[in-house]
Amino acid sequence: MVKRQFKIISEAGIHARPATLLVQTATKYNSKVTLEYQGKSVDLKSIMGVMSLGVGHNAKIVINANGDDEKDALNAVSETMEKEGLSK
Amino acid sequence: MKKLTGVSANDGIAIATVYKLVDSDLSFKKRTIKNPEKEIDRFEDALRSSGKELISIKKRVLSLLGDKAAQVFQAHIVMMRDPEFVNPIINQIKNNHINAEYALKKVSDRSVRYFDMMVNNHYMQERKNDIVDISKRIMSHLLGKKLPDLSLINKPVVVVTHDLTPSDTAQLNTKYVKGIVADQGGRTSHSAIMARILAMPAIVNTQKITNLVSNNDQIIVDGDSGIVIVNPTHKQVSIYQKKLKLQNQKLNSLNNLKQRKTVTKDKKRVMLSANIGTHNDATTALKNGAEGIGLYRTEFLYMNSDRLPTEDEQFQSYKTVLQRMKNKPVIIRTLDIGGDKQLPYMQMPKEDNPFLGYRAIRFSLNKEDIFRTQLRALLRASNYGDLSIIFPMVSTLGEFRAAKSIYNEERQKMINQNQPVGKIKIGIMVEVPSAAILADQFAKEVDLMSIGTNDLIQYTMAADRGNNYVANLYQPYHPAVLRLIKHVIDACHHEHKPARMCGEMASDPIAMPILLGMGLDEFSMSSSSILKIRSLMKKLDTNKMAKLATKVVHSANTSEDVIEMVKSMVSFQY
Repeated sequence: MVKRQFKIISEAGIHARPATLLVQTATKYNSKVTLEYQGKSVDLKSIMGVMSLGVGHNAKIVINANGDDEKDALNAVSETMEKEGLSK
Repeated sequence: MKKLTGVSANDGIAIATVYKLVDSDLSFKKRTIKNPEKEIDRFEDALRSSGKELISIKKRVLSLLGDKAAQVFQAHIVMMRDPEFVNPIINQIKNNHINAEYALKKVSDRSVRYFDMMVNNHYMQERKNDIVDISKRIMSHLLGKKLPDLSLINKPVVVVTHDLTPSDTAQLNTKYVKGIVADQGGRTSHSAIMARILAMPAIVNTQKITNLVSNNDQIIVDGDSGIVIVNPTHKQVSIYQKKLKLQNQKLNSLNNLKQRKTVTKDKKRVMLSANIGTHNDATTALKNGAEGIGLYRTEFLYMNSDRLPTEDEQFQSYKTVLQRMKNKPVIIRTLDIGGDKQLPYMQMPKEDNPFLGYRAIRFSLNKEDIFRTQLRALLRASNYGDLSIIFPMVSTLGEFRAAKSIYNEERQKMINQNQPVGKIKIGIMVEVPSAAILADQFAKEVDLMSIGTNDLIQYTMAADRGNNYVANLYQPYHPAVLRLIKHVIDACHHEHKPARMCGEMASDPIAMPILLGMGLDEFSMSSSSILKIRSLMKKLDTNKMAKLATKVVHSANTSEDVIEMVKSMVSFQY
């Protein structure tokens, strides 16, 4: 399993558009990818799950990936996070 | 005959028969099933066919209504495959041996309740309607029933409905659907926006239209006054047929002008361009016969975002406009922020006089990193068409020189890195009186000038048009404003450069003849005004208008004088 921590720098947090893109990215991989925030963990392949967390500005989150392509999955998700201005 | 009123969502007249859009009967019974595996297969089949249907709807919407409308269906596709939605349904079937319909209903109801609880989250509340829409679609496939297919309509109708869903609208064939009447909605509701995009008359919020009509009733939709008439009298029909005929004639004569160049009665060429706010507006501009983009306001790229747009995002947007315009001239204005326009993610200082304060080029020159990112995106896009850049709110030559030298630095950097850059013209918006007064000096240094009337009027008259106490002083036709404009136009011509305007005045029927007489070369306005102005210009003689302009500039004392003078020389029949 691999994991990485992120601090959300975007003012609006993980909002509609970036959430959809994160889910689309995670879905491309076989690994189980989860998002952890404030003790709750949701499936990053579920748009409803991600949205239900209400991740806001300055939130600290952890992304976990577990599976045969876990490294690629985590890298791709990190890239989307940066591209969407969610984190540095 | 029944007459009722609602809220007009789009104007225009339609006379046709009623097509009542009613939901299909999606009722079912709860069943216990013996073979869950087989039932799960049946559910997955329904998912697959729903998915295929959504993809084809999305394609249709994309080509018909554009990117934004199509995003709704992209969201549906993602949500339909959401494991938090699909897995509970499969588990219900597997563990409780219930039929797929019942499992779907149970899970979708639970999701709806869950969204209902999130009262503080507007986005999640909206998703509730998506879940309802998706569930309906899957259910129809499970039951082998067709959802009403509006694309099958093959005779002229007015669609009467409780409320139009996005999926419904996507299937409207504008060839046959002449109008929309709905029980619910307001001017800004989804169905109203769609009606305007499709340019069909629509009346919403009638409360009870679905109770009052049956299929094949005759119906008149009067979007100009918000009236619906069901089974009209002969007299009403003939009155409205006349109105409809007139409407079509006007439309046809304007449509004939779409591909034409703009010429005056004495065959002088004038250029009519469009003001746009997003790259998608370029398509609308072309549809309305724009000969170029006179002003692309880039601030929406910054405002409709939750962070600064990246160089790449900006590049894509500028490139899209240039490509769509196919070598027609495109003028892009750099970021005009401050005053009444704020960025949600950027703290701006609190000012006592924001309109006399930190905005537009003043902001860009202070936030060089943001400015340079925009300039680089513009430089990269310049390879795709005919690009000019203008700086907003320039007050002094010093500001123009500073902005241009930053531009030159970025340009040189790209050239040093062997990156291709196109030929770009660099100029200013003339909207501060100091720049208008020194227009002769500016004209020597800049490649182009475009007069921004909204600000020029407010700064010349020192009156905020949004302030009711002084709004009467905001006078576009005031001789002081007109003299200033004439001075700018003359300064451009003295340097053999075209004179341009991109404010609301350019499409104002009183101001336009004067501006034509002053020799303005390019009029830039909102797309919807272009054809009207083109048809009006055909009737104006530039020599006559030049006399009018001279008279106005020399002898008018007040705005009222100006209006009188114009009216005595021009008749305003479009």
